[in-house]
Amino acid sequence: MSDVVVVGGGIVGAACAYYAAGAGLAVTVVDRGPAGAGTTSRGEGNILVSDKAPGPELTLALWSRQLWHQIGADLGDEPLELERKGGLVVAATESAMASLTRFARDQQEAGVDTVPVPAGALHEHEPHLAPDLAGGVLYGQDLQVQPVAAAAALLTGARARGAQVRTGVEAVGLVRDARGGVTGLVTDHGTVPAGAVVNATGTWGGVLSERLGCAVPVLPRRGFILVTEPLPRVVRHKVYSADYVDNVASSDAGLETSTVVEGTKGGTVLVGASRERVGYDDAFSPEVVRRLAAQATRIFPFLARVRVIRTYHGFRPYCPDHRPVIGPDPRVPGVFHACGHEGAGIGLAPATGRLLADLLSGAEPGVDPAPYSPGRFLEVARG
Amino acid sequence: MAEPTFLFDGEPTPYAEGQSVGAALTAAGIRSWRTTRVGGRPRGLFCGIGICFDCLVTVDGRPNERACLVRVANGMRVTTQEGTGHGDLEV
Amino acid sequence: MATSRSEHDAVVVGAGPAGLAAVDQLVRAGATVALLDAGHGPGGQFWRQPASGAPAPAGLHHDLGTYSRLVAALGRDGVRYLPQQHVWTVTAEGHGFTVHAVDRSGAEEVPVEVHGRRLVLATGAYDRQVPFPGWDLPGVMTAGGVQALLKAHGVAAGRRVVVAGTGPFLLPVAAGLVAGGADVVSVLEASPRGRWLREAPVVLRNAGKLGEAAGYLRTLAAHRVPVRTGWTVARADGGDALTSVTVARLDRSGHRVAGAERVVEADTLAVGWGFTPQVELAVGVGCRTRVDADGSVVCEVDEYQQTSVPGVYVAGEACGVGGAALALVEGRIAGAAAGRAPVPRRTSRRRAALRRFAAAVHRAHPVPDAWMDALDDDTLLCRCEEVPVGRVRAAVQASAVADARTAKLLARPGMGWCQGRVCGYATSCLTARWSGAPYDPTGLARRPVASPVTFDTLASG
Repeated sequence: MSDVVVVGGGIVGAACAYYAAGAGLAVTVVDRGPAGAGTTSRGEGNILVSDKAPGPELTLALWSRQLWHQIGADLGDEPLELERKGGLVVAATESAMASLTRFARDQQEAGVDTVPVPAGALHEHEPHLAPDLAGGVLYGQDLQVQPVAAAAALLTGARARGAQVRTGVEAVGLVRDARGGVTGLVTDHGTVPAGAVVNATGTWGGVLSERLGCAVPVLPRRGFILVTEPLPRVVRHKVYSADYVDNVASSDAGLETSTVVEGTKGGTVLVGASRERVGYDDAFSPEVVRRLAAQATRIFPFLARVRVIRTYHGFRPYCPDHRPVIGPDPRVPGVFHACGHEGAGIGLAPATGRLLADLLSGAEPGVDPAPYSPGRFLEVARG
Repeated sequence: MAEPTFLFDGEPTPYAEGQSVGAALTAAGIRSWRTTRVGGRPRGLFCGIGICFDCLVTVDGRPNERACLVRVANGMRVTTQEGTGHGDLEV
Repeated sequence: MATSRSEHDAVVVGAGPAGLAAVDQLVRAGATVALLDAGHGPGGQFWRQPASGAPAPAGLHHDLGTYSRLVAALGRDGVRYLPQQHVWTVTAEGHGFTVHAVDRSGAEEVPVEVHGRRLVLATGAYDRQVPFPGWDLPGVMTAGGVQALLKAHGVAAGRRVVVAGTGPFLLPVAAGLVAGGADVVSVLEASPRGRWLREAPVVLRNAGKLGEAAGYLRTLAAHRVPVRTGWTVARADGGDALTSVTVARLDRSGHRVAGAERVVEADTLAVGWGFTPQVELAVGVGCRTRVDADGSVVCEVDEYQQTSVPGVYVAGEACGVGGAALALVEGRIAGAAAGRAPVPRRTSRRRAALRRFAAAVHRAHPVPDAWMDALDDDTLLCRCEEVPVGRVRAAVQASAVADARTAKLLARPGMGWCQGRVCGYATSCLTARWSGAPYDPTGLARRPVASPVTFDTLASG
């Protein structure tokens, strides 16, 4: 008998298992595929505070990056490929620079370290940037991990704390007692008895929540990433254009692209980012790739003659109000959600796991859980 | 008319019309023309048909050309490639 | 840089036997066709022509009459033959498909988009490889690479050559080397001789194939080249290039016989373990795949060579490795079907017979497990990213990984220039062995960018 069964072995499920097991709970993780093979394997591994406006998501992000440092100290930076690289947001025009400056000032008041970089000093930080940019802001707190490695390390850590991980097992529904409380999870490989079920299925959080009888609005938002041939370390930070922040925050269903460029330890440079709501359409899109390539070359002209050797794409778990869904579902006692992180799942995973473990074990939560509560959708629906 | 040649690391090297860079170097007894970026190991032709990218070489200043696919031209400058071939981008 | 765009009834990718046969049938059916191919001239790997433009030496080629007839069809009205096109993706668009390529026939890359209402993918295959200590030394080559040097460039890959691996393709490679003046030290066929006897009923119905093999064996015998069955390569040694090969005897279960090893001096080792089909374009456009008897990911096709995506046909090795004769037949069927012309019953019967023969070859020439026993921890698994075997095993074991894709994401085999084309099979085999999970190569079959493209080219699309 488990205290809790976590559905989903991606970064968020792994963090939930890691902290819940750390709180002394008996944890079982189930994943329908290999662990970390969903959206976790389709991202860049960003741990960002730079792209978040003051508010509940930033609060969670600031806490989460501290926890990432702690995880690095506990499990080692190496297995996570944790890099304290920092972010550099650049503006192409004076007006973009003006709004970036205002945005950074608000962030600074909310506890984000920001350093304005005038146009003339950009090259000290990133020598290959285009010469005609208007300026930027440096965010020293931004980090990066290799997401699949990080999820694997957290799962290994959870196992060391007694958790069980079962892959190739798909959640089908709940077992509930006479009062409606959860007593187990029905899977395609039998029932897992447990007093609580955590929905950590990322983009598929909406689908699973319906199976569990407590729907939350999590939808796929597709994104592409281009990967270059191996290069020397040409890009030191995570560098992105100021319009990225607007695209992250928008709810437009149509295609939006902004420039995000970063180097990796492996030598490749990753180029994003696109957002479009096209359901689970898995087809390659030459138009998205064309736009990403054109925009990245605008910021880093040296890319023009560099070759792309692969692309990958995946589906971010998108929530209409851009906040993750974390906490107990008021409709089904025993069901907890930990999904809907959109493009910030890697960054927010530790805070999510820790908050959920606090809620499961009855400990004092590290942040106010109300803004992330699944109940917020019911209130809207009741209107 | 003089036999056509290309330059391999500055050395005039003969070739036959239509030959790939890799074939011409092999015919000249040269087995490797790049070193890997991690171990500094020598590499040359492996698959010979454009699949494996082991035979990457710098041709007329363009890095990472496949020696097995590029045809030699008279006076072409072929140079041994180190690592990524993009040393000029190092910062 | 302007993108060149054009429209056709059908687009054929690949100018080997299957692609050429498909074009021929499409033209006969009155269709307009574009044929895109990466090579400098038509023929693919099988009919690779001398790069000099000189006529092909008959000894290295087969069925040149068919070749000449099919190439003549490329000159007919309605055919647009585009050599040196590196196709990087195919997308479904409007009523048909767009093939995205880079034209490398000039000094600068030019982006090309060719649209067709129907698509025939005849993308062929390349030599399958497995790692062994020293396999990254210069002088170790694929059997197909050695053959290409001979056929296209008239260059013998080395002076003292060992040919090793499994399958009927090793014989023409060795015979070609002998004819090209190389000293072939020995040919090591890993399969025991007896394997073929089990397949006798199928083999005897394909007497032509036996005749071919016998011809090569006569050439090798005349030059006193020993052909050893049940032997394999164990390791390669040398400083900056190959100087010696350790060869080892195998028992009937495909494992090394303890102590039965010898060291052979050689400057070149040609290795091949069958072939790996190129399916990434088909996978990219959504075609369903299956794992074939030889362990390769291949496209599922119906009796008309049509895939699970209506309008997309696959012919030749990409729907199951079976050799040039089968590729020709499948290409004919795909071309006729894509051109809405009838497929003669005898063509279908011929395909069935050739597929039975291909299956017999797969059964007679499995990759023996011995290569997995011979690996050191520091043997490179991935040549591009220089990932040693030990690192992948540690990742698989530490994280309880049971699939090859996760192994790749954790330890980077298959993340480099070749995108796992060379190490994908080995990574799948080893992940299965280390985890106890079933062998499954499908997680590594996806390569959205089938050929590297510059940002400039992508941006101008």
